Amino acid sequence: MKLELRGITKRFGALVANDHIDLTVEPGEIHCLLGENGAGKSTLMNVLYGLYQADEGEILLDDEVQHFAGPGDAMKSGIGMVHQHFMLVPVFTVAENVMLGHEQTRGPGVLDLAAARARVREISDRFGFDVDPDAIVEELPVGVQQRVEIIKALSRDAQVLVFDEPTAVLTPQETDELMAIMRQLKEAGTAIVFITHKLREVREVADRITVIRLGKVVGEASPQATNTELASMMVGRAVELTISKAPADPGADAFVVSELSVVDPRDQYVVKDVSFTVRAGEILAIAGVQGNGQTELTEAILGLQPRTSGSITLDGVELVGKSVRRVLDAGVGFVPEDRQEDGLVAEFTIAENLMLDRSVGEPFVKVGTLQLRELADFAQEKLEEFDIRAQGIDTHAGRLSGGNQQKVVLARELSRELRLFVASQPTRGLDVGSIEFVHTRIVQARDAGIPVIVVSTELDEVVALADRIAVMYRGGIVGIVPGDTPRDVLGLMMAGETTGAAA
Amino acid sequence: MTTTAPAPAASAPIVHEKALVRSWKTPIILGVFALVALLMAFVFPNSGETTFTLSTTVDAIQLAPLVVPTQITVIVVAVLLVLAALGAVAFVRFGPGRAPLWISVVFAVLFLFAFLTWVAADKNIPVPGMLVGTLALSVPLIFGALGGVISERGGVVNIAIEGQLLFGAFSAAIIGSITGQPVIALIAAMVGAMLVSFVLAAFSIKYLVDQVIVGVVLNVLVVGLTSFFYSKVLTSDPSLNSPVKFPIWPIPGLSEIPILGPVLFRQTVIVYIMYIAVFLVWFGLFKTRWGLRLRAVGEHPQAADTVGINVNRTRFWNVALAGAVVGIGGAYYTLDVVGQFGKEMTNGAGFIALAAVIFGRWDPIRATLAGLLFGFATNLQSVLGIIGSPVPSDFMLMLPYVVTIFAVAGLVGVSRAPAADGTPYIKS
Amino acid sequence: MSDKTTPPAGETPEAVETEQVPVEQRAPEAPVAQADPPPAANRVLREILTSNWLISLLAIVVALLIGAILIAVTDPAVQKAAGYFFARPGDTFRAIWESVSGAYVSLFQGAVYNPKRGDFVNAIKPLTETLTFATPLITAGLAVALTFRVGMFNIGGRGQILVAAACAGWVSWSIDLPAPLHILLATVAACVGGAVWAGIAGVLKARTGAHEVIVTIMLNYVAFYLISYLLKTPGALQAPGANTPKSPPALPSAVYPTLSDLLGVGSYRLHLGFLFAIIATIWLWYLLNRSSMGFRFRAVGENPHAARVAGISVTRVYIVAMLLSGGLMGLAGASQVLGTTTTGFAAGVDAGIGFDAITVALLGRSKPWGVFFSGILFGALKAGGYTMQASQGIPIDIVLVVQSVIVLLIAAPPLVRSIFRLPRPDAEPPARRKRTTATPEAVTK
Repeated sequence: MKLELRGITKRFGALVANDHIDLTVEPGEIHCLLGENGAGKSTLMNVLYGLYQADEGEILLDDEVQHFAGPGDAMKSGIGMVHQHFMLVPVFTVAENVMLGHEQTRGPGVLDLAAARARVREISDRFGFDVDPDAIVEELPVGVQQRVEIIKALSRDAQVLVFDEPTAVLTPQETDELMAIMRQLKEAGTAIVFITHKLREVREVADRITVIRLGKVVGEASPQATNTELASMMVGRAVELTISKAPADPGADAFVVSELSVVDPRDQYVVKDVSFTVRAGEILAIAGVQGNGQTELTEAILGLQPRTSGSITLDGVELVGKSVRRVLDAGVGFVPEDRQEDGLVAEFTIAENLMLDRSVGEPFVKVGTLQLRELADFAQEKLEEFDIRAQGIDTHAGRLSGGNQQKVVLARELSRELRLFVASQPTRGLDVGSIEFVHTRIVQARDAGIPVIVVSTELDEVVALADRIAVMYRGGIVGIVPGDTPRDVLGLMMAGETTGAAA
Repeated sequence: MTTTAPAPAASAPIVHEKALVRSWKTPIILGVFALVALLMAFVFPNSGETTFTLSTTVDAIQLAPLVVPTQITVIVVAVLLVLAALGAVAFVRFGPGRAPLWISVVFAVLFLFAFLTWVAADKNIPVPGMLVGTLALSVPLIFGALGGVISERGGVVNIAIEGQLLFGAFSAAIIGSITGQPVIALIAAMVGAMLVSFVLAAFSIKYLVDQVIVGVVLNVLVVGLTSFFYSKVLTSDPSLNSPVKFPIWPIPGLSEIPILGPVLFRQTVIVYIMYIAVFLVWFGLFKTRWGLRLRAVGEHPQAADTVGINVNRTRFWNVALAGAVVGIGGAYYTLDVVGQFGKEMTNGAGFIALAAVIFGRWDPIRATLAGLLFGFATNLQSVLGIIGSPVPSDFMLMLPYVVTIFAVAGLVGVSRAPAADGTPYIKS
Repeated sequence: MSDKTTPPAGETPEAVETEQVPVEQRAPEAPVAQADPPPAANRVLREILTSNWLISLLAIVVALLIGAILIAVTDPAVQKAAGYFFARPGDTFRAIWESVSGAYVSLFQGAVYNPKRGDFVNAIKPLTETLTFATPLITAGLAVALTFRVGMFNIGGRGQILVAAACAGWVSWSIDLPAPLHILLATVAACVGGAVWAGIAGVLKARTGAHEVIVTIMLNYVAFYLISYLLKTPGALQAPGANTPKSPPALPSAVYPTLSDLLGVGSYRLHLGFLFAIIATIWLWYLLNRSSMGFRFRAVGENPHAARVAGISVTRVYIVAMLLSGGLMGLAGASQVLGTTTTGFAAGVDAGIGFDAITVALLGRSKPWGVFFSGILFGALKAGGYTMQASQGIPIDIVLVVQSVIVLLIAAPPLVRSIFRLPRPDAEPPARRKRTTATPEAVTK
């Protein structure tokens, strides 16, 4: 089935998220939609899928104009979507998830689970997915959950399949398998829209590439284009993929983690026997595919994980077993990976957010009372120093853009006396300008002699910042390698291959 | 960038190693109760004989009463209880780390038997009467709990069960008095309780008001409305508060089964509806399209939305359905057990029903069992009141609430609510 | 929450939520068309039309109208006149008018000022009655408001007031002390009792993740049966020689002095508890807005995850907030047994205040002074309601109806706006999670 989008425009208030976007996808074609975070790719696909209503423009399938009031209509017309955040009910079985919304029934509304199981098996066998229809989804690894999403779409005879940032949660190995699946689907005549911001994947699998930026199509590119060409189209100017930084001048071992293990609420080891050291004045990047224990590791450092064993010492002081307050007081600065959830209080003003982790004692509290004037002066100073674009210090943090929110978090964390700085996914979802700002600040912290840990799932970021790289896989560290280790070696390590770690 | 050949293996799923966790909650709780049993056996022994009457005079098959020597029986059972507690310890220390559920169930039954034997030394425990009373108190709780399960499975917290019961009872009383038709009165109860549901649904789903707040305020509103009409209208015109009750329909054959027959099958149609309702809700939730969609909406509304299910419409109508089910429980007061409306006559039953929902872990069968358990505890209080008990009746009445507190605190089982319970779905 | 109804210029309207729209598109270079600000006069009018105060006022009006309908349709005179409505419709309207106006006039006379009572000292007595009824409503409302601000619910006012009343009562009759000390000790005992009872819910939430709504509801009944038992037990709370479940009267040295004691005129029941209520309001205002503890409370209330990452002990905040809330509830319990029913109490001494408190806190929008004034409003409804019941035969239960309708409407401003066809505010608070309900995982630490 041929998909055509004509002049799609979607506004949110005064903001134009999609501005007259045209896109054509032929059957048996993989069409990549390339763009930065926030370029409007997901909005466009949500319009296509009936989740949003376009303000202007039309959607055509095989040259017929469609009107989608909701996802149900889109699905009926043969559009399927593999969502970035899987749309699977965690406590349901695979078969139940696949049948949900178009249930096979016998008698009055009684589910025909046998039929659903057979359907799952049939599709699973056809593409070699190896998915058990009776498995509970939440107990499946993410890669398999994604296959369930694909089965879900295929079980509705989707002719147009949209993959929204499908590789974010996959290992390079799983990514390769997904690519193979996409090619297989293409052979079967499915039209595929592949949304991503990762250049390697685009070049590998795409038949055609459409680049969008700030809600507009900026042009088409061929899969033969170089990374630099694609990147500059995507961000609108030549991009420096590396950051200028002086060679590290590491000091003594300042931060030592040994045999650290973390057990999660489901009684599983999410971090197991992890040991590493960070020297003063160096950046240790922790690389790895999302969900391999990085989050829990940083939380354990901060004292947020209740079931932690092993040892973490900072300048000789043991941190395991200490409360978050005591860990912060020991001089740990922390940028959490989800700034909206863990980094900021959206309803608080910028000023209030800047004192969030200093609500005890001087300078902002005297005899239990807030020192509002000191806070205002401090906030004003940081607003200027960190170039936070806001109306004033009384603007609510929830109203700021992502980049400015992250600057507030950085301003707060970097304005304390630090002995260790931990930044988890510090640039996730940020625009290029903000990314540069954040990276510069992190390098500055290193140059000031602070040991720095950066956790990132983006290989580009890891390579740009790291003096040394630790790769995590399934809760353990596969190896710790120098910052100039080739990417393909890192990629293998991210898939759990220890052989490459000898480098 | 060079593409490397795909590495072999490594495609196996991320499966984390399990840590062995030992939970000492069950052994500790069982130990405490075993200690209580030992106290009954040795420190405060009662001598004599305890009689358990098993039949009433009208029963077709007469069973001889069960007579046991009090002290010996209590001692034997207490020893068994200690063994059971030790068994639980063994499971935790040397076994899988957790004591299995059946040990707790066996323990509870044994403990109850020991307690009754001890309490009723030289006296008589009328078992059929106790069971009849239990069922009578449980019916509204079970209907309330079923309504709660439906609503909360769909993601709407239903604190308004109390109000729905009360308004159902009120509607049934008025319509039943006017029409003289219990069936119409029953329908009126369902419609009345559904009206309360509509308000809950409209405010929580359309206006996104916090569901707990709407529920609490609705309870106050219903108490206010019904008490107002009761004082102003029903007391001055008693003919409006004399509904025709449902007759008792004994089911031939079944009602002659010893002990349980008369209890379960010499009832009004409302109780029979309850049996069917429990089954239907269970079957519907887990075996039908309706249930699959309802649970999807309560667990992951966005996922349901992306496959074309209208989340808010599903929630709205299921909250309404929940109201109708609770309404039948309300009708039980005015069309069966009491026979007329009284000010605030539900007296907290809605909150016990809510407790049953949670204690029953949002499962219709378990919630029904929890309702029976709470009904039993409430009823035990009046039985003990008659034979004269060392435990004050107020403490028996407290039991359902205390048990629920233990349940939500995770001391008794682990309860996992539907993931989206209480959160409105805001379509992006 | 915010008084600002217009977004600051340069920002996109709040309706565009960060969760739905990629935030980067709001970066300065994004194509954002900014509308010119409307003329000043327009804006002022708009602010009035979209303000919270107007919504509250209209909600009260609608609730009173619903009350009027209930009064009219249940009035026999109206029913009689309606029987021949088509013959003489005027009679029906006259009957309705008489019925409703009679009711609301007596409500006013019972709540504010009754000229029929002679001189000013007597005529103003209803106002002091209103304040007397308002006293426990204010402190209990503050208790609920405090927990709302921390992102919790305290539905357990009934239980806490009962336990507090028992504690204050026991101190008031079994210990002999000079007046000021005795009053103080009994009041403190009440606060401690309420705090302990609420603290159970706080500790359970903090330690096990048990939802405080369920725990506090269940604790209400536990307290009720506990106090009922103690009131039936000689040597516990039962009055010596009594055969009813009732407590002994408080010793005079423990009873709150009344306004009449102070002024030497009239028979006002308004007592020292009202002063405590004012102090409690000021204290809570300071706590929430100026103290570091209040800062942590609010941080936890708005986003417990971020608070936890910032080193604030969420569990400790839950426990402390619940203790303080219970203490305020205790103040309401003290006001009942040391101020209002000093001649001995029964298990109904809470008088529904625990639940009324929730409506008071909601109407007051969880702000201390808002709670203070909404407490007075509901106090007036109660005081007037009793007069209305006595003089017009309208059951006091109608106050519950009016109260709950007010709260339902206030909680849903769009409904009120659509009833009165008011304009939508520019900055309609976006449909975002107002209260991040903390999951047990987030709490257990």
